[in-house]
Amino acid sequence: MDKFEKLTGIAAPMPLVNIDTDMIIPKRFLKSIKRTGFGVSLFDEMRYNRDGSEIPDFVLNMPQYRDAEILIAGDNFGCGSSREHAPWAIKDFGIKAIVSTSFADIFYNNCFKNGILPIVMPQDVVDVLMKDAEKGANARMTVDLENQTITTSDGESFAFEVDAFKKHCLMNGLDDIGLTMEKASAIDTFESKAAQERPWV
Amino acid sequence: MSPKTLYDKIWDAHVVSEDADGTCLLYIDRHLVHEVTSPQAFEGLRMTGRTVRAPEKTIAVPDHNVPTTLGRENPDQMPEDSRIQVAALDTNAKEFGIHYYPVTDVRQGIVHIVGPEQGWTLPGMTVVCGDSHTATHGAFGALAHGIGTSEVEHVLATQTLIQKKSKNMKVEITGKLRPGVTAKDITLAVIGATGTGGGTGYVIEYCGEAIRDLSMEGRMTVCNMAIEGGARAGLIAPDEKTFEYVKGRPHAPKGAQFEAALAWWKTLFTDEGAHFDKVVTLKGEEIEPVVTWGTSPEDVLPISSVVPAPESFKGGKVDAARRSIEYMGLTAGQKLTDIEIDTVFIGSCTNGRIEDLRAAAAIVEGKKIKVGRAMVVPGSGLVRAQAEEEGLDKIFTDAGFEWRMAGCSMCLAMNPDQLSENERCASTSNRNFEGRQGFKGRTHLVSPAMAAAAALTGHLTDVRELM
Ligand code: SF4
Repeated sequence: MDKFEKLTGIAAPMPLVNIDTDMIIPKRFLKSIKRTGFGVSLFDEMRYNRDGSEIPDFVLNMPQYRDAEILIAGDNFGCGSSREHAPWAIKDFGIKAIVSTSFADIFYNNCFKNGILPIVMPQDVVDVLMKDAEKGANARMTVDLENQTITTSDGESFAFEVDAFKKHCLMNGLDDIGLTMEKASAIDTFESKAAQERPWV
Repeated sequence: MSPKTLYDKIWDAHVVSEDADGTCLLYIDRHLVHEVTSPQAFEGLRMTGRTVRAPEKTIAVPDHNVPTTLGRENPDQMPEDSRIQVAALDTNAKEFGIHYYPVTDVRQGIVHIVGPEQGWTLPGMTVVCGDSHTATHGAFGALAHGIGTSEVEHVLATQTLIQKKSKNMKVEITGKLRPGVTAKDITLAVIGATGTGGGTGYVIEYCGEAIRDLSMEGRMTVCNMAIEGGARAGLIAPDEKTFEYVKGRPHAPKGAQFEAALAWWKTLFTDEGAHFDKVVTLKGEEIEPVVTWGTSPEDVLPISSVVPAPESFKGGKVDAARRSIEYMGLTAGQKLTDIEIDTVFIGSCTNGRIEDLRAAAAIVEGKKIKVGRAMVVPGSGLVRAQAEEEGLDKIFTDAGFEWRMAGCSMCLAMNPDQLSENERCASTSNRNFEGRQGFKGRTHLVSPAMAAAAALTGHLTDVRELM
């Protein structure tokens, strides 16, 4: 997995609340058996007309946001299905950090597995960041995972919380499965104990 | 010992190891797999030379893509990309030696209907699946939740999941439901009250008289939509109804083992005085048959209401409501019962079980539909067979419904069952997101009885007027 340390980039504002996984990546793109190539389909139904042409006023189609690497979003971002295609599409597009007042649980976890940093901030901070993002391409924000801060283009800095283990994995690009397999003997022990206590499982 | 919630008890029984910061390795008892969210996970195993750690605890069934028309065994019925996904599951199931119910098997169906039906889901278990509606299995007092594809791979390889414990939330539904009000109305009413983010960070335990009074199938409907309320999982403490339902199922324990299991299952309840971080209480008798008017499951109102004005909301919801109303082609102030329906869909893991079909058939019997199309898609081949034995298929087809084979179908429209642009559907499924049932399709979530009522009148209808 890619490492995430520090990122300075363009932030795109998406103030809409409840942006769900069907909006992020509609299901007709779920038929792929690969993990890549979803970026062009990110936000498909908001981003393209039926004939495939771009909808010019959709934020990621605007010239100043086409290279956005940060998303500032409305409340409850990523609600809906468990599809990891949603973070795959976000990643494939080039977005590496998302800020919102809250994220749906499964989506939040899926982000970390794919090198994306979801940041939860209170409403007043999201409002400030949203305003900053609205300034367009000249307004570059900095997300510093090590120090857990996000800094606006004006140099205003806000601290954020992140789970220590998730931070560690993200900063080092660690693969969860490899880490867990190192605990194989603990799993063996659990299994033999469970086989005694709950043999019907 | 300090008193524990049901969630605490199941959690504690499955912790393999715990780090200083509270990150746990949680053992997984059952892993359910379907064709859409698993191919990349199996591919990952292959690429790293890993195997499935516990194939005997892993169950696979294709459901999302499969056609629900007769003769679907013929692969020509599926578009190329769907065929590839289903074929990949066939291959992966064989190669890794996991339990498998192919399309040709009468036991095939929606993964969350097959699990309980076959006795794979038992009280006190941890159950995961690469699908958010895994919450359904919580009806058995099993800790069940959806996971992403990376986690599917993690569970395949290690039979564990890296997890932090959620907080405890209690949703109590007191008293009795009134006639015409169902489990679906309960679960939608709860989301209406708490919002789609109301359960975020929590595992919900549903309790109270109205929940206890529900059948196992009704309880599955309630837990199924815990995820729409944002919760990691929904739980209902197992009781005699649960044990009765489980007993004799193909993969449930038998004989002395059943007795041993029963002894443990009977300890699975929230202790007196256990702490909940959040409590929501609804009065059962105040719940009405409800419908959704917008494009979020929290956009719920009693059928007697009108489409709300966007200005009546606060914050970002004002714009979201405006967008919803426009998308749905409605006007603020319009009576919900004046909304005309083109299509009716009865099915899904929320409402595709036999009792759902019986409830709909009871309304439909002897009448004709007034909508353009209406379909019943049983949740599994066995539900379909049972319904046919009871003559329900005849009631539906006589009324003008299509009688389909089992699968997810129009719940998410990954197979050919889709709404066309602006087509308006009364649906027993669980999500009314934009485009969920087809590009620009419009979805109103309802109970099976309410869906049947809409089919007969051609508009959203209070089912109690037809009872
Ligand atoms: S029926 Fe719908 S919600 Fe249930 S598993 Fe299938 S697609 Fe998901």
